[in-house]
Amino acid sequence: MSKDIRIKKGLNINLIGEAEKTTSKAVLSNVYAINLQDFHGITPKLLVKQGAEVKAGEPLFYNKNVEDMLFVSPVSGELVEVVRGARRKILTLKILADKSQEFVSHTPLSPKSSKAEDIKALLLKSGCWPFIKQRPYDIIANPKVTPKAIFVSAYVTSPMAADLDYALKGKEKEIQAAMTVLGKLTPGKVHVSVGKGGQSIFTKMEDVEIHNVSGPHPAGLVGTQINKIDPINKGEVVWTITPQDLVIIGELVLTGRYNPERVVALVGSSVKAPKYYTTKIGSEVSTFLYASGVNTENFRVINGDVLTGSKTKPDGYLGYYNNTVSVIPEGDDYELFGWNKPVFNKVSTTRAMTFSWLQPKKKYDLDTNTNGEHRAFVVTGLYEEVFPMDIYPLQLLKACMVKDLDEMEQLGLYEVAPEDFSLTEFICISKQPHQQIIREGLDLLYKEIG
Amino acid sequence: MSLKSNLHNLKEKYKGKKMAPAFNAIHTFLYAPNETTHSGSHVRVVDDLKRTMNTVIMALVPVLLFGIFNAGYQHYAAVDAANGVIRQASIFGNFLTWENFIMGAWTVLPLVIVSYAVGLAVEFLFAVIKGHEVEEGYLVTGMLVPLIVPIDTPLWMLAVAVVFGVVIGKEVFGGTGMNILNPALTIRAFLFFAYPTWMSGDKVWVHQAVDLAGGPDAISGETILGYLAQGKGAEMSYSVADMFFGFIPGSVGETSTILILLGGLFLIFSKIASWRIMVSAVAGALVMGLIFNGVVDAGWITETSKFYGLMSFAFWQHLIVGGLAFGIVYMATDPVTGAQTNRGKWVYGFFIGFISVLIRVFNPAYPEGVFLAILLMNVFAPTIDHYVIRGNINRRLKRAKNATILPKDSEGKTQELKAETV
Repeated sequence: MSKDIRIKKGLNINLIGEAEKTTSKAVLSNVYAINLQDFHGITPKLLVKQGAEVKAGEPLFYNKNVEDMLFVSPVSGELVEVVRGARRKILTLKILADKSQEFVSHTPLSPKSSKAEDIKALLLKSGCWPFIKQRPYDIIANPKVTPKAIFVSAYVTSPMAADLDYALKGKEKEIQAAMTVLGKLTPGKVHVSVGKGGQSIFTKMEDVEIHNVSGPHPAGLVGTQINKIDPINKGEVVWTITPQDLVIIGELVLTGRYNPERVVALVGSSVKAPKYYTTKIGSEVSTFLYASGVNTENFRVINGDVLTGSKTKPDGYLGYYNNTVSVIPEGDDYELFGWNKPVFNKVSTTRAMTFSWLQPKKKYDLDTNTNGEHRAFVVTGLYEEVFPMDIYPLQLLKACMVKDLDEMEQLGLYEVAPEDFSLTEFICISKQPHQQIIREGLDLLYKEIG
Repeated sequence: MSLKSNLHNLKEKYKGKKMAPAFNAIHTFLYAPNETTHSGSHVRVVDDLKRTMNTVIMALVPVLLFGIFNAGYQHYAAVDAANGVIRQASIFGNFLTWENFIMGAWTVLPLVIVSYAVGLAVEFLFAVIKGHEVEEGYLVTGMLVPLIVPIDTPLWMLAVAVVFGVVIGKEVFGGTGMNILNPALTIRAFLFFAYPTWMSGDKVWVHQAVDLAGGPDAISGETILGYLAQGKGAEMSYSVADMFFGFIPGSVGETSTILILLGGLFLIFSKIASWRIMVSAVAGALVMGLIFNGVVDAGWITETSKFYGLMSFAFWQHLIVGGLAFGIVYMATDPVTGAQTNRGKWVYGFFIGFISVLIRVFNPAYPEGVFLAILLMNVFAPTIDHYVIRGNINRRLKRAKNATILPKDSEGKTQELKAETV
């Protein structure tokens, strides 16, 4: 059974540097790192000391707030460094990989006949649980709460993001297994959204409800789809999970092994040969970045797509949730009369002497310049053009800024994640940090109401 | 060393100092800043507030130029009229002349300069005191102010009004983006209530009409609305084309409906101003005009009534005289003080048009109401938005009644996973 969802509001950002559909195996990384900023809202407690030997899949730390939630090592090796920040906050764990890999083995499950309790226990102890995120609050799911439904978006509209139909080819068995077991953790449905008319591997899946989505970005964001399929009400919880993480869960269920291997798209206008690489979570970015080559000195490496990713360095590490690494030029230069001259080579949603409306299909080479300074909110009506949810974006942002809990709740903060505001942030004329505002609003609401 | 790197070094030198906002304001006029994204989206659209404001100014330039020529033209036309010669306006014949331009520029440009100099000085002062960047709001306000005042407004009066409008109308609320009332209209309202003799009457709308009043060379400076309000509509010699093209007395920039219309279309096309507000405001004005025409046709108001002149004025002609068109296109569409929701904009715009014509007809002292109508609706805009947003909230609450809230699991059998902390 499938249903159609058509999104009209939105904006596709066409950028130079989409990945060519060839996959290479990335050089094995010497050091792997788990970056704790990837896991928002957890309080880590280390389980192993610096210098300890760990196997692949062995727990490194757990979440103090939810003690069952374990985080494991992607490879076997030695925990060589615990990078700490202010007030001894743990920032990064670095593991020097062994030559020969040893895995922690769990008992595989039979997807069809397994019980919900066993599935949950396996996911928790194997370290696969953090792949499951929950809304409200956009944090790792609380295992004690049963979700009303689970949402997976297999429709990609983010600029230059990895093409899932290509990257996940051949993983049908694992994904199916993951879908089946996850379906047992909710009394509701597992909703999977695919691009309308596409040849998605998901269309033939069982135990799921397929939705055919069409329209511009953010139609591919799971938040948009939830809002159209079954919006979150106060008190409800839904889980979201990305297709690339389903592969890891599926392999765990079928083989009993945590194998953090992933096909990653290396994209962006600063990459000489953008394409796909097979690598592992936590690998050094340089292991594949320099295999493709860069064409400029001054670039920024982003874990994720250009709208929602996090900044890293060429010697940084692949993020826990990312299947795209974007490399774009830094825009730390001045531009003479940049504020009033006619502009042809940058994206704009207005027509104020900006001419991107003339060529909607043209691909642009955008840099990281803000193209203006931070200002108070002035212009109205533009966010609504790219924000398809039944929510007033400007009013919700303002409610978050003034920390008005009632308003935040009433205006629908439970339904959104920071990424849902990436497009309004992109087009913001006042250059306000929308995603940060929403993140802080969610954190406040979580703290006060939970 | 190039200019670019010199300025960059200066910027670094002044960073964190008191005068940094003032320096940056000038620096960013020359060069778009070298700022890069720090959080959230790594790429951004090219538009910024400077570009937005600049687009509005571009839409105002034709109106300003026309205002300059018209200032001269109206002066010479009134002088001719006093001598018994009735002029027929012709664009190349007697309108676009050096004589008109020099006379107009000599009277209009000082208004523009004083408005910008005083207003920006206040903005810079507040930015330095409060330590934030100079926001661009005044770029448009500063251009609007000279266009909505009578031509011979004394410059000191304008300066006092600008200080009042920027400080009380904007800065006390927190600066650009936070104000409740449109600053340009606050300035206009201050002038109107503080110096009424300079702002209304039959002398102020044409250059030197006040100076020459009572003497042998006295000239008229009456607007069309003034004639109508006094029931002297028959004495007017202006055709509908004159009204539409703008060869009539009035505030500096408000007369040329065609240029305002083109400016409005440009703003709609560039997506800077809200077409919803413009369309609904026009509709509101037409509805009110039709009601008044209907009242006259029904015979409830006769020629003896002092409202007869304006009430019997053809409903659509309200749009091409006075400041209604200018107000709708350039002032009602101010996003900060207007309604912020799309539905709210329809209501907000409609009432601006509706109330403008209402005040225009029923105000015995001063036959114009646009600025009062917009200020009134500025005050009501948050209320309109409140009810629009309430609709969204109620929908969400209604939906929440059917929420499937699942109980939390009882403590599972997962204790064995808890491990010792190192």
